[in-house]
Amino acid sequence: MLLFMAIVLPILLAIFIPLAYRSMKSIHTGWFVLLAPVLLFLFYLRFLSPVQQGEAQLARASWVPSLDFYFDIYIDGLSLLFSLLITGIGSLVVLYSIFYLDKTKENLGNFYVYLLMFMSAMLGVVQFDHTLALYFFWELTSISSFLLIAYWYKRDASRFGALKSMMITVSGGLMMLVGFLTLYVLTGTYSIRETIAQVDTIVDQPLFTVAVVLVLLGAFTKSAQFPFYIWLPDAMEAPTPVSAYLHSATMVKAGLYLVARFTPVFAYSEVWVWLVTGIGLLTLFWGSLFAVKQTDLKGILAFSTVSQLGLIMSLLGLGGFAYLVTGDAVETFTFATFAAIFHLFNHATFKGSLFMVAGIVDHETGTRDIRKLGGLMSLMPVTFTIAMIGSLSMAGLPPFNGFLSKEMFLDAVLGLLHADISTMTVAYLVPIVAWVASVFTFIYSIYFLWYTFMGSRKEEQLPKVPHEAPIGMLISPAILGSLVILVFFIPNVVGDWLVKPATAAIQSSSFASAADIEFYIKAWHGWTSPALWMTVGVVVVGFLLYKMLPKWQSIYSKWPERFTLNRGYDTLMDGSLNWNRALSDRFMTGSIRDYLVYMFAGMAILGITTLFTQGGFAISTEGLAPIRLFEIVLTIILVGSVMAILITWSRLTAVIALGGVGYTVALFYVIFKAPDLALTQLVIETISVALFLTAFYHLPKLDKHYKGKEDTSFRLGNFLISIAVGLTVTLIGISAYAQRQMTSISEYYKETVYTEAGGGNIVNVILVDYRGFDTLFEIGVLMIASIGIISMITLRLQKKKKGVTVDEIE
Amino acid sequence: MEIMMAILAGFLFSAATYLILSKSLLRIIIGTGLLSHGTHLLLLTMGGLGGKSAPVVADGVTVADYVDPLPQALILTAIVISFGVTAFALVLAYRTYQEIGTDNMDYMKGRGEID
Repeated sequence: MLLFMAIVLPILLAIFIPLAYRSMKSIHTGWFVLLAPVLLFLFYLRFLSPVQQGEAQLARASWVPSLDFYFDIYIDGLSLLFSLLITGIGSLVVLYSIFYLDKTKENLGNFYVYLLMFMSAMLGVVQFDHTLALYFFWELTSISSFLLIAYWYKRDASRFGALKSMMITVSGGLMMLVGFLTLYVLTGTYSIRETIAQVDTIVDQPLFTVAVVLVLLGAFTKSAQFPFYIWLPDAMEAPTPVSAYLHSATMVKAGLYLVARFTPVFAYSEVWVWLVTGIGLLTLFWGSLFAVKQTDLKGILAFSTVSQLGLIMSLLGLGGFAYLVTGDAVETFTFATFAAIFHLFNHATFKGSLFMVAGIVDHETGTRDIRKLGGLMSLMPVTFTIAMIGSLSMAGLPPFNGFLSKEMFLDAVLGLLHADISTMTVAYLVPIVAWVASVFTFIYSIYFLWYTFMGSRKEEQLPKVPHEAPIGMLISPAILGSLVILVFFIPNVVGDWLVKPATAAIQSSSFASAADIEFYIKAWHGWTSPALWMTVGVVVVGFLLYKMLPKWQSIYSKWPERFTLNRGYDTLMDGSLNWNRALSDRFMTGSIRDYLVYMFAGMAILGITTLFTQGGFAISTEGLAPIRLFEIVLTIILVGSVMAILITWSRLTAVIALGGVGYTVALFYVIFKAPDLALTQLVIETISVALFLTAFYHLPKLDKHYKGKEDTSFRLGNFLISIAVGLTVTLIGISAYAQRQMTSISEYYKETVYTEAGGGNIVNVILVDYRGFDTLFEIGVLMIASIGIISMITLRLQKKKKGVTVDEIE
Repeated sequence: MEIMMAILAGFLFSAATYLILSKSLLRIIIGTGLLSHGTHLLLLTMGGLGGKSAPVVADGVTVADYVDPLPQALILTAIVISFGVTAFALVLAYRTYQEIGTDNMDYMKGRGEID
C-alpha cells in the first residue's frame, strides 16, 4: 500500500498547491512542491539493495476486480531505475524552476499542479504491471504534457505544439491500447509478468505480430522515433524546466521503457527486433543530421534528444536479438541491453543539464537564437563549464560518461557483425550508419557549445545585458554536470546498482538476477579495440567537418520544403478537416427533400436487393380471395382520386380528392367486412377534411411563392424514387403473403370472445379487453396531440416580447 | 384479390412519396395522409381478405367464417394515432405560416428570400 501511496503522493499534493499558491504569496510555491520528489527519491533509494539482490517489490490495489482490473505494482531493476530518474531529476527540475519562473509574473499554481500530475503519471507508467493501468497512466502523461507545453497558452506556437504532441502521442497510445487488448486476447491476462510466463504459447499465433506492431507504434510515438519525432521540436515552446524534465529525461523515455519492458515477450519476433533496431538507427541518423540545421538552442537539443533516443532504441533492439540466438552471440547482444540502459541513464544526466543551460542562456540574454549569441564564456563561466561538460559528454569524449556509453554502443553495433544473425548483408550497414550518426552528433555538440559561448560577442543584438545566472538556478545543472564526470570515473557503481538489475529485468531469459551479469564498464579498452579507433575517427572527421560547417550548411536548404514531415503532418490535418467539411457540406444541405431522398432511396435499394439476393421473393395464387366487381370499381375510384391530388394545381381540389380517397378506403373496409373500421374511417376522414379546409383558409396565397398555382411540375428524380418505394412495398407485401407460415392467433379470440370476455364484437373486445393497453396509450397520444395543438395556438412567447399579437399580423 | 390490394397499397405509397418530396407543406401533409391509408390497407390485406362474416358473434356462423379481427383492431388504433399526428401537423403548418409567412419548404431553410 505504501508503494501505491508513493505513486499518488504527487497528485495528492497537487490538490493543495493552488491553496498554497493563493494563500502564501510571499513564498515561491515550488518550495512546497520540492517536498514530493525529494521524499520519493529517498523512498525509492531504500529499494536499491533488495532489488539488486533480485527481490522485486510487489503491491496490489484493486479497482474493478470483476473485470480483472488491478493496480498491480511491480518494482524490479528497470522500474526502479526509471523511478529514481523521475524523482531525482524531478527534484532538480523543481529546484531549477523555482529560480526560473517568476513568482509574481507566472501562474505557478497551474504549473506545479500539471508537473505533479505528470510525475504521478510517469511513476505509474514505469511501476504498474497491469497493461490497462499502464495505459491509463500513459495517457495521463500525454495529457499533463499537453497542459505543460501549452503553459503559456496565449502564444499561438505553444498551443500548436501542444496540440501536435497530443495528436501524435495519443493516437500512438490508442494503438498501444489495442496492442495490449490483443495480448489479452492471446493470453487471458493483463499482467505483464504472467504474459512473459506464457510467452511460449503465443509466439506462433498470427495475432502476435499484430500486437508487436501496435505496441511498437505506441512506443515510437511517445519516444519521438522516426517519423513521429516531429512533435518533439514543436514541444520546445514549453517552459525550459518542462523541456528538461519531460522532453529529455522522462516522458520521451516512456517509449524506451515500454520496449524494454516488453522485450521478454516480443523479442521472440523478428519483426520486433528488426523494427526496433532499424527505426532506432534511422532516428539516430536523421535526428543528428537535422540537429546541425537548427538555429534555436532548444531546437538543437530537441533534435539531439530525438537522435539519442534513437540510439538507445537501436541498442534495445540489438538486445532483443539475444532472445533469437544461441551460444556466444547471446553475450554480445545482452551487452547491447546493458549499454542501452547505461546510455539511458547518462543521457538523462547530460541532456537535463544542457536544457537547463539553454534555459539559463535564454533567461539571462533574452534569446535562444544561436545566430545572436556568442562569446558568453567570460560572462557566464559557470554556465559555460556546465555546458561544456554536457556537450562533450553528448559528443562522446572522455572524461565524461557519454564517452563510455558511446564506446559501448559502437562495440554492440560491431557485435552484430560477429553474430550468426548477420547473414543478412543489411547488418553491415548498421555500424556505418551508427558511425556517421556519431560524427554528426559530434558536430552538433560542438556547434551548440561553440556558437553560444565562443567567438565574438554580439551584445547589441541581445535583448538583455548578459550576466551570470543566480546561484539557485545553477545548482541543478551543476549537480547533473558533476554526475556526468563522476560516472566516468566510477562507472561500475552505477553499473552494479542500477544498470545490472535493469538489464537482468530485460534479459530475463539469460540472467536470473543482477549477480549473474559479469559486464564491467571500463574506459580503456586497449589499443586494439575497434571502438576506440572509431571514436578517434569520429573526432577527426567531426572536427574537420565542423570547421567547414559554413561551406556545407547550405545543403540543408536544398531539401524541398514540400517533402518535410512537418509539411506532411500539416497537410494531413488540414486535409482531413477540409475533406470532412466538404463531405458534410455536400450531404448536409439543410433541405428536407434531400434527406428524404436519402432515406427513401436507401429504403428501396436495401429492401429490393435484400429481397432478391436472399431469395425472399415469392408469389403464390393459392388461397387468394376472388376479385369482384365492387373492388375493381373502388380501385378505379381510388386511383382516380390519387391522380387528381397529384396533378391538380389547386389546393382545394387536392383536399377534396384526399377526402375522396378516405371515403373510398372506408368503402373498402365495408366490403372487407370491417364495420368498426368503416365507421371510424368515415368520421375521421370528415374531421380531417374539415381540418384541412381550415388550414387551407389560412395558408398563404398561392401566387406568393408558386406563381399563382401549386407547383405540380413533374420531376423525374422524385418520380423514380416514388416508383421504387411503391414497388418495394408491393413486392414485400406479395412475398410476405405468399409465405405465411403459421395460422393466425385470432382463432383464440374468435373462440373465447363470448365465453371469456362476455362480448360479441370481437374487434371491440380486443381493443378494450385482450389488448387494452394499446388503447390506453392511443388515448394518451390523442391527449398529447390535443394539448400540443392548444399550446401551439395559445402560447406566443416570442410575439409577446415584441409586443405584437397575432391579430395585428392578420 | 390480395395481390391486387398489395399493388394498390404500393401505388398509394408511390403517390405519398412523390407528394412528400414536393416543396409545399400542404402537399407533404396530404402525402402523409395517403401514406397512412396505404399502410392501413396493407395491414388489412396481410390479414387475409377471404372471410365470410364480419367479426361480430352471430348465430349460425362458425368460427372459421369470421374475418380475422386482429388486423382490424390494429388498424383502428393506427387510424386514431395517425389522425392525432395529422391534426397536429396541420396546426403546426398553420402556425408556421403565421410566423414565417410561407409554406414553401425551400424558403423555410432560408435558401430563397422571403419577400
